[in-house]
Amino acid sequence: MNNIVSLRDITVEFDDEKILDSIDLDIKDKEFITLLGPSGCGKTTTLRIIGGFLTPNSGKVIFDGKEITNVPPYKRNVNTVFQRYALFPHLNVFDNIAFGLRVQKLPEKEIIRRVGEMLELVNLMGYEKRSVNKLSGGQQQRVAIARALVNRPRLLLLDEPLGALDLKLRKEMQIELKRIQKSMEITFVFVTHDQEEALTMSDTVVVMKGGHIQQIGSPIDIYNEPVNSFVADFIGESNIVSGAMIRDREVEILGRRFECVDGGFGANEHVDVVIRPEDIKVSAPSEAKLTGIVESTIFKGVHYEMIVDACDGKWKIQSTKAVEPGQEIGMRFDPEDLHIMKKMEEHRR
Amino acid sequence: MKKILGKIYIALVLMFLYIPIFVMIVFSFNTTKSRTVMSGFTFDWYIKLFNNELIMSSLRNTIIIAVIASVLATVLGTFAAVGISRMKKIPRMIITNITTIPMINPDIITGVSLMLLFVFFAARMNFEFGFVTLVIAHITFDVPYVIMNVLPKLNQMDPNLHEAALDLGCSPMMAFRKVVLPEIMPGVLSGFLMSVTFSLDDFVVSYFTSGATSQTLPITIYSMTRRKVSPEINALSTIIFIVVVIVLVVKNIITTRNLKLTSEGERND
Amino acid sequence: MKGISSKAAAAPYLIWMAVFIVVPLIMVAYFAFTDESGAFTLDNLANVAQYSNIFIRSIWLAAISTVICLVIAYPLSYMLSGMKAHTQSTMLMIVMLPMWMNFLLRTYAWMAILGNNGLLNTLLGFFGLGPYKLLNTQGAVVLGMVYNYIPFMILPIYSVMVKIDKSVIEAARDLGCNSVNVLFRVILPLSFPGVASGITMVFVPAISTFIISRMLGGGGNLLVGDLIEMQFLGNSYNPNLGAAISFVLMVILLLIMTIMNQFGEDDTENDRVLM
Repeated sequence: MNNIVSLRDITVEFDDEKILDSIDLDIKDKEFITLLGPSGCGKTTTLRIIGGFLTPNSGKVIFDGKEITNVPPYKRNVNTVFQRYALFPHLNVFDNIAFGLRVQKLPEKEIIRRVGEMLELVNLMGYEKRSVNKLSGGQQQRVAIARALVNRPRLLLLDEPLGALDLKLRKEMQIELKRIQKSMEITFVFVTHDQEEALTMSDTVVVMKGGHIQQIGSPIDIYNEPVNSFVADFIGESNIVSGAMIRDREVEILGRRFECVDGGFGANEHVDVVIRPEDIKVSAPSEAKLTGIVESTIFKGVHYEMIVDACDGKWKIQSTKAVEPGQEIGMRFDPEDLHIMKKMEEHRR
Repeated sequence: MKKILGKIYIALVLMFLYIPIFVMIVFSFNTTKSRTVMSGFTFDWYIKLFNNELIMSSLRNTIIIAVIASVLATVLGTFAAVGISRMKKIPRMIITNITTIPMINPDIITGVSLMLLFVFFAARMNFEFGFVTLVIAHITFDVPYVIMNVLPKLNQMDPNLHEAALDLGCSPMMAFRKVVLPEIMPGVLSGFLMSVTFSLDDFVVSYFTSGATSQTLPITIYSMTRRKVSPEINALSTIIFIVVVIVLVVKNIITTRNLKLTSEGERND
Repeated sequence: MKGISSKAAAAPYLIWMAVFIVVPLIMVAYFAFTDESGAFTLDNLANVAQYSNIFIRSIWLAAISTVICLVIAYPLSYMLSGMKAHTQSTMLMIVMLPMWMNFLLRTYAWMAILGNNGLLNTLLGFFGLGPYKLLNTQGAVVLGMVYNYIPFMILPIYSVMVKIDKSVIEAARDLGCNSVNVLFRVILPLSFPGVASGITMVFVPAISTFIISRMLGGGGNLLVGDLIEMQFLGNSYNPNLGAAISFVLMVILLLIMTIMNQFGEDDTENDRVLM
């Protein structure tokens, strides 16, 4: 697959603060790519650069092999679904969707046909004459998507489009968006701070923090092989402890040595070790190298979530069996469940 | 008891506000020039009023100046508001503060200061006080009202709307025309209407910036009140009062209907 | 963000503002500090001092009018804000309606009522009273100011009062306030911004008027406005002195407004737009 958009060494500064710091990113044609990160990480800024609403202080934006860094938004074959939809309140549903086509001065017949197609795609047939102010959040969302897609962009940018919806509607729209992306065969660049949303919808996830890209990969890679403790912690819940590599495939944490599957670190190199709560197995204290006292147990539906006090640290464990608070338990994990990663410059947790 | 006292109080204030107007209306139909005794009913003063060339020509002047000044002020002010709303905090603050000067400053100082400017230029560029100076003066005190009406609308507007229009292929100018302008239209309109009102009503600034050639209605009224008693003024007041009442009642009906429509719309939701 | 911007849209206005707002005010200051030949002088300002009695009279009459406006307008606004929404808008329209008539006409109407042979004296004559000298007195000037400018007091106070959250008043009652307590402890402090902007909106035109004093005060009750007008359009043409008087007036008003702004900062702008 070809790259449709490439960002090269993009830096954006605002009031002497670096919002983006030399970002490099390749977006492949027809993929669903998600920019994921906490607020202020630069994900929306990256989107605005691709959309043309912002010119970077340095760096290049390449679209389909041509540099478009200084091309204004209205000359780019890219459309955006805005965070709060930004529907035009003075126009009805039909006129909102037809807006871009009317700007292009297409014949009215063609406009009616293409708007009709879009209404069908987003399931809003019969809503043509409605005022957009009287639609529900989900319907407004659909109009916003139709309004962007009717222009047949090569690339659709979505800026936290589901942020304003309630949970149930959100789940529905996730599936809906994925379906639309598949059937239109265009590239979606999706911005969100919701890791679950990112993992369920994307082909590729870009985890960002502080104006830097932390990791780019498929959802499975990102979840299973986070490159650092930030990614591990941001993607799903994690127990992160400091440790040191003894040698390849052996790590020491909390004064105990464990077998692991990672290698390639220096001897005695300090590392972060990430263990997912669902990977910790509860056992009798005598059967485990690591023991702790259960502090609290909460029923979460599919499993119990327990907070365990072990070696002066709190551990989160998910288990299908409940253990009464106050009891001592053993904690065991398989070698492949210990994720070893280089220490981040700043220490977390 | 408290309620009755309240009603009496409101009635007294309203009496105070309306008695002078009522007196003028009554005596506009008086056959004699007396302002104390009604001696008979007549429409003579109205006929005299409409045959008074000075009053009619200054009325024409007033309307022409008000319309021209308000249209220009609305265009100037709307663009100004768009520009101001995109400025950084400090320049925006400085400019809005200067803009409010004509609104807070006493009219007489606005009038006098403009007169000084016009005198300065008249001496050097050889032009006379009159139509042009009046229009400039009116635009100057109208623009702030346009800006102050449009700015809040721009601030309320979703900043993404403009970007959405650019995203869908509009050039910046087209985006302004197709998206921003319809959004801020209520503010533009009320700014325009305020400008018309202030322009029609202005006496003080016009007094200092008009020449002998073009007088506005308030200036004519002023010179009439300086001279002897003239019941034509009563007739004029009556007509203006009736026009004002009609305009306000219509405006009130329209706004209440709009309110009803929107509240019904919300109920349908 | 720097994005696509069109600050340039303000450029024509900025030029306009500079030429027709800023430069004229600078010219007032320039004339105030120069003589006919354009040389720097403080004589004009020194000459203003000889009119201090007129300044004091203007401030005094404007202050009395402002207080009377406040005393009348405050209870009225309070009652208005308590009415049903529909009655409220109708009542407000009725109260504001006279303001839409040209103020020369309104002031002229009072001339007819207050004159020696005017309506009021005729009426009093039926009871064997008078005739009193009502017109061409300071009382008539104050009356004219109150009549003309009271809407500027009602509107800001009213618009602040309708914005007071009714639940705040209920909370005060819940906490043991009776009506008087509610008024003094809740409504009064909350309506202060409206009162402050009402005071400036009445005081500024009142102190600078020359119509009301001329029409209702006769020749004997000159105000600062008359003084300025005389220097520019009257017999004693002297723009330098006129500019100096204007300059002093602006300084006085600036001081008063700075004090008033301490109270009403956040609401003054809204009210101005409302009117």
